[in-house]
Amino acid sequence: MPVIRKHLIRPETIDRIFKVLTLAGVLPAMLLILGFFAQLGWNALPAFREFGVGFIFSTDWDPVMNSYGALPAIVGTLVTTFTALLIAVPLSFVTALFLVETRGWLGQVLSYGVDLLAAIPSIIYGLWGLFFLVPFMQLHVQPYLTWIPFFGKNYNGFGFATAGFILAVMILPFICAIMRDVFKMTPAILKEAAYGCGTTRWETTIDVTMRYGARGLLGGIFLGLGRAAGETMAVLFVIGNSPGIPKALFDSGTTISATLASNFAEADGMFRHVLFALGLILLLLSLGIQVLAQWWLNYSTRKVQGSK
Amino acid sequence: MKQFRKKPIFRRKLLDMSVRVFSLLTLCFALFCMGWILWATFSHGIKSINWDFLINPSKPWGLPRNGIANAILGSLLVTAGAAAISVPPAILGGIYLAEFGRNTRLGNYLRFGANIMMGIPSIITGLFIYAILVVPTGNFSGFAGSVALAVIMFPIILRTTEDILLMIPDSLRESSLALGMSRARATLKIICRAGRTGLVTGILLAVARAAGETAPLLFTAMWSDAWPTHYFTQPTANLPVLINEYATNSPYEGVHSMGWGAALLVTFAILGMNIFCRLIFKDPKHD
Amino acid sequence: MTNENFLIKPAAAPTGNIKISAKNINFFYGTNQVLFDNNLEIEANKVTAVIGPSGCGKSTHLRIYNRIFELYREQRVEGELLIDGVDALGRDVDVLELRRKVGMIFQKPTPFPMSVFDNVAYPLKLHYKLKRSEIGEHVEDALRRASLWDEVKDKLKKSGLALSGGQQQRLCIARAIAARPEVLLMDEPTSAIDPVATSRIEELILELQQKYTIVIVTHNMQQAARISDYTAFFFKGKIIEFNRTEKVFTNPSHPQTESYITGRFG
Repeated sequence: MPVIRKHLIRPETIDRIFKVLTLAGVLPAMLLILGFFAQLGWNALPAFREFGVGFIFSTDWDPVMNSYGALPAIVGTLVTTFTALLIAVPLSFVTALFLVETRGWLGQVLSYGVDLLAAIPSIIYGLWGLFFLVPFMQLHVQPYLTWIPFFGKNYNGFGFATAGFILAVMILPFICAIMRDVFKMTPAILKEAAYGCGTTRWETTIDVTMRYGARGLLGGIFLGLGRAAGETMAVLFVIGNSPGIPKALFDSGTTISATLASNFAEADGMFRHVLFALGLILLLLSLGIQVLAQWWLNYSTRKVQGSK
Repeated sequence: MKQFRKKPIFRRKLLDMSVRVFSLLTLCFALFCMGWILWATFSHGIKSINWDFLINPSKPWGLPRNGIANAILGSLLVTAGAAAISVPPAILGGIYLAEFGRNTRLGNYLRFGANIMMGIPSIITGLFIYAILVVPTGNFSGFAGSVALAVIMFPIILRTTEDILLMIPDSLRESSLALGMSRARATLKIICRAGRTGLVTGILLAVARAAGETAPLLFTAMWSDAWPTHYFTQPTANLPVLINEYATNSPYEGVHSMGWGAALLVTFAILGMNIFCRLIFKDPKHD
Repeated sequence: MTNENFLIKPAAAPTGNIKISAKNINFFYGTNQVLFDNNLEIEANKVTAVIGPSGCGKSTHLRIYNRIFELYREQRVEGELLIDGVDALGRDVDVLELRRKVGMIFQKPTPFPMSVFDNVAYPLKLHYKLKRSEIGEHVEDALRRASLWDEVKDKLKKSGLALSGGQQQRLCIARAIAARPEVLLMDEPTSAIDPVATSRIEELILELQQKYTIVIVTHNMQQAARISDYTAFFFKGKIIEFNRTEKVFTNPSHPQTESYITGRFG
């Protein structure tokens, strides 16, 4: 019996149109990424033309004399990010461990509680930091820690320690969620094999689970790193906004994003181009981290497969 | 041959126990911080919340009947605009990735691009939109703010759409096609329908995320005391920038208070959306 | 159908040295009981096979011997398990030491994500304080006894996952014997291995039994007949018959055993 064609347009054509349509919906949007570089680069160019590549390493910061250098901001970004990771990664690790082992509704509720930390807008973290954490640090924490090298003798509650701490709390839920997923994906039989050797829970985690999920864990750490480097509002409120290079953790300073946020609205002329240049540097930094992470993940996958 | 010195088991068990105690303490610490933040926001903000606050637009300090109504409206407008701009292409793209681009080169490039986009700091996005929308037209606008937020929301919705659609078993696709449906019909009517809860929560979560963003709005929608009537041509009031202005750029205690009130509104709205989404859609990956 | 309360006491109980003695073992998943009054005696330096259809509780029973079931909170045991006369299920027993003495091999090979050398050295470093040279010696010794040394001696630094399936399982055996256990529990160790590698592992088991007591759960009756000295037949959580292997396979006492062995079910 011949198949009776009911459609005006052949289904195959519809499908082809559909496929093109979905692609057309997304492709232009993606091409925007190239636009990022182009636009930022275009606007940043005058600054580099004026100050040269040395701009990146210079510590000048004199808006009146129109003399600028990016180094303090870059160092500030690196220090806050590094501090945040130093605090957040081990804390996320043990929290993820605990959450994975807690069964039933309690485990779910606690997990979700930690996840909610990620939903709080960054400006709220900033407010909390400014009005609560800064005085707390100044009165109850920093006075007792000045003896530690690199922490510094002068403190006022603002600075890299506080900023690093807030960032750590902000990125903890992200890293923790990824680590939880990684731990859950470890096959039960592998864990049983480890316990079968006579290990404690911690030994199984460190020696077997962590190695098995090392790639995933590192992916989570890179994610946290990216977020910490780009965070603006929370850092802006507590970093102290001083243009020098930090010598101690309790010093005030600035980061690229904080510099942008606090100066851009009133900036004009060369200053504006300088800020664009800073933005470009931050973009390259973030993207560099991303690309590094992707490359590392691919490399380690190939390594495991290659030795087979 | 059995002359081995054994490792003291006591020490190993002590280490194990210490780690467990430390984990518990860390968890309590994280939850404590969250509790502290929420309590701080609530206690400082609640004094400002009253009917007047919610109905009246903002005015310079000192004038009576000061409120944040224009900022509330502006935020709704800007966020809705962002959703309108980002949701259609993101859903389409998610469909493309899940249905046609699972292992193709183009699909992988798109995924890589989305990952990159998700990693771009929000302030850079604001800078970029400033450069391409505000500078040429010569004015700040709510629309520019929407576009900036759309750029942030887009890769999130793209990835969650793809993830949700991938979770739907292929057997559903195959049985739809076996009935003689075109791919288009099968995808739109059957597959998307099957995943609609997940898709909706993905969108809502992205909206919640965008609603709290401040940095991208600083140079695009900026801030104003007026009602958001000129969305495309003038700065549009919004809650995040208002919080920024009131809390940090004013010496008056009363203004600070209003900032906290706005903060309270924003925080609990966003948390509410998050909890709502979690209740209606249980993410199997996180259970 | 059959009288399910009909339990045959072993007609010829193990005559030699009893290594493990399970007395009145009952096992529960939550409120669901899965093992009923298990009594079993394992003779030292012999291979005892545990056979039976899927889901009858063989693996569950085996997993009591090294208390690996304790990883799961809903699982619970009642009864006694005497290993060398001491109840291994008692509260004051050190589980870590128990698991060193009673090693386990699993259905799928489970090499740790480390090098071949580190895999075998792992239990050694876990339980003992040894010098680097000593570790090297003992790793080689374990690999030789697992008849894997010749194949991996120049690949010691390669990942354990890079070996073939049969090699991985022998690696797991080497790892299990590295810390000088006394008992080896094997839970269907060759079910995921190809036939050629399987026969190598079976030969290995026959060699290993001189030094270790081996209890092997197997789906494969021919395997049980080939390598074991004693065989226990499980059905629905009960031990239906337990006797010397030749007797169980050539002249089983219980009709259910005969049905299973002749393939009428299972």
